[in-house]
Amino acid sequence: MRHLLGLQDLSPQEIEGILRTAAAIKAGDLNVSGSLRGRIVVTLFFEPSTRTRTSFELAARRMDAQVVHFDVGTSSVVKGESLLDTIYTLEAMGVDLLVVRHQASGAAHFISRHTGCAVVNAGDGMHEHPTQGLLDLFTIQEHKGCIEGLRVAIVGDILHSRVARSDLFGLTKLGAEVTLCGPSTLLPRDRSGEGSLPLHGVRITDSLDEALEGADVVIALRLQRERQQSGLIPSLAEYTRFWGIDASRLSRCKPDVLVMHPGPMNLGVEILPSAAYGPWSVIREQVTNGVYVRMAVLYHLLAKGGENQPQGITEAHGGATDRSLLPVGRR
Amino acid sequence: MRILIKGGRVIDPANHLDGAADVLIENGRIAEIGHGLAARGAQVIDARDCIVCPGLVDMHVHLRDPGQTHKEDLSSGTLAAVRGGVTSVACMANTDPPIDHPTVVEYVRSRAKQVGRARVYPVAAVTKGLRGEELSPIGSLAAAGVVALSDDGRPVMSAGLLRRAMAYARMFKLPIVSHCEDLTLSEGGVVNEGPIAAVLGLKGIPAIAEEVMVARDLLLAEDTGAHVHIAHVSTAGSVRLLREAKRRGVRVTAEVTPHHLALTEEALQGYDANFKVNPPLRSRGDVEALLEGLQDGTIDAIATDHAPHAIEEKLVEFDRAPFGVIGLETLLGVVFTVLVLPGHLSEVQAIRKLTVNPSRILGIPRGTLSPGAEADIVIIDPQREWTVTPEGLASKSKNSPFLGWRLRGKAVTTIVGGEIVYSDQGENSGFVEVPPTTGRDLCRDIEEVAQ
Repeated sequence: MRHLLGLQDLSPQEIEGILRTAAAIKAGDLNVSGSLRGRIVVTLFFEPSTRTRTSFELAARRMDAQVVHFDVGTSSVVKGESLLDTIYTLEAMGVDLLVVRHQASGAAHFISRHTGCAVVNAGDGMHEHPTQGLLDLFTIQEHKGCIEGLRVAIVGDILHSRVARSDLFGLTKLGAEVTLCGPSTLLPRDRSGEGSLPLHGVRITDSLDEALEGADVVIALRLQRERQQSGLIPSLAEYTRFWGIDASRLSRCKPDVLVMHPGPMNLGVEILPSAAYGPWSVIREQVTNGVYVRMAVLYHLLAKGGENQPQGITEAHGGATDRSLLPVGRR
Repeated sequence: MRILIKGGRVIDPANHLDGAADVLIENGRIAEIGHGLAARGAQVIDARDCIVCPGLVDMHVHLRDPGQTHKEDLSSGTLAAVRGGVTSVACMANTDPPIDHPTVVEYVRSRAKQVGRARVYPVAAVTKGLRGEELSPIGSLAAAGVVALSDDGRPVMSAGLLRRAMAYARMFKLPIVSHCEDLTLSEGGVVNEGPIAAVLGLKGIPAIAEEVMVARDLLLAEDTGAHVHIAHVSTAGSVRLLREAKRRGVRVTAEVTPHHLALTEEALQGYDANFKVNPPLRSRGDVEALLEGLQDGTIDAIATDHAPHAIEEKLVEFDRAPFGVIGLETLLGVVFTVLVLPGHLSEVQAIRKLTVNPSRILGIPRGTLSPGAEADIVIIDPQREWTVTPEGLASKSKNSPFLGWRLRGKAVTTIVGGEIVYSDQGENSGFVEVPPTTGRDLCRDIEEVAQ
């Protein structure tokens, strides 16, 4: 693995490998401090994102990398420098790894084709946000032990959501049954009017109750306020009425359902406090796990030699289904 | 000056001709087609195992001149044309300034006379500045020698304005070439709406954005009696609408591009902007419908929509890259490789859609080997295999979706007005670039057309 551009490009084994590493780091069985000493990681964010950027910076610092933030707002980008030239410039300065957030789908792919640095996609347009996908998988796995066979509902603005895509690719690769749910104007479609994702194990519905029926996991997506302004939904209130997730609607799910949200939440729009702060919610754990998962990704891209699994991890902990890695009890 | 083309398979769909024959050119015109013609001092071209047919007519080309000559100009664009076997091009109006005034028409024509290798037929804007607000001086433009009207690249969104344009254009016997795209349906889209767009996270342009406008334009053509030509048809629904309209007797013709026939949306997987075109590459089912449309005559012509863009313009984020691909030099190779070789079209059918049909749509006296006609001829080696490389392209721009493709079929000699303007002797021999003949008026027939 040279870059992490999206979960669509990874094999189930590669995904499981990263999750195992993350689990080992979290459990203290793999000491990665110092493993990136002398390496330079640049966070290159063309879109503002404090949360993801901070998570990456903390992850890199805990591994003793030098972390530099490239401030797009004050750089030559505002003077009309092309993306390609920005990349060439950073590469010439001797950067090892670029963490890229960009508003254009495919931007991380584009960059990876033109640089020798490792590239981690921290969100490209409406395409993918693979570390968010991985941390969601990690969090689900911690609680459920195994992804295979789980029923997962992803609810919200599927059409424009990079989180939805990474979750979808990751979950289906590991054998989950995914239902995508939202208003028809925010769902991918083709001319037949039906859902149109060429993936196995994916259902698409506009009915929230149908999506939540028997679900093991519910992932609520952030609803961008622009969607209402651009006429894709009539009003936020109407959205909340039909697709907002609260405690009463969760009653259709399995009793031990997990409620997740990639943040930042619009409380009272796509998710209500009764769900966000209820006993099912693992939203804060997602944030915690994000740092471990990003450390694992950096480890796989920069520290680990070649394509081999880190020594001892697979054997010592028995992989994804090892219960010893699960937190004791539930909140 | 006499040229004798000996021993080729002569295909001239305009005259229902297909068979072994020699072609004699005298004084720039076709003198005789027959068997065993004697050289009598003529320059002899050996065309054994080759097809000899009218020079191709590409009715949809962006030459970028005036105003965007870093992408292409009248010299490089017509050189690319003749290297692809194209002897006449209709050049679109979205230049800078646009071709919306007789002065700009005059510039294009006189500049083409000076530096052009192929014949250049300007297409003028339907509306002033391509803004879709008021009619351009259509009568004056017709008198200046334009062959059609089009705001190509920008649809005329107002049905009322387009209806008036059609009624007006009809008086001057000019077809309106319509770029069918409802901007309220395509807004912000960059690829075909469907599963590929969904997975790539790119905004889709639905098929219906094209079909709504095809339906509208067909109704307006029926209402006004004007001749509407639908540019770059890309969807199964458009083909169906066209087929029905033709059956009803609506004055409509249509073209399809080689890239919409040879490629599908699958090509977008790697976010390569060299596959970003408008209309977008569609689905497998759409391609099949386009092939049927070609076969049953619903689609009359194959045209490239040659749209050069500089390397740095395409080497950006996918959303920011301009739409369009070049196509003049790959036209023949792609048509032969993708349509003729697998048996979708016969050589005669393919050549008809590349010669006489576009000529008739534009009302120009090209695409024929009739004795007395000006000798615009291409000699095609249908067996010649060649690889598309950026270095091998004469166009100023290299934004071809076929880079790296191995094609079978190539123009080996191109003749315009009885003069050899291009001759290719082998894959690696480069090409013989014949300097443009200054003074010879490649546009002179436009006066005939205008009258």
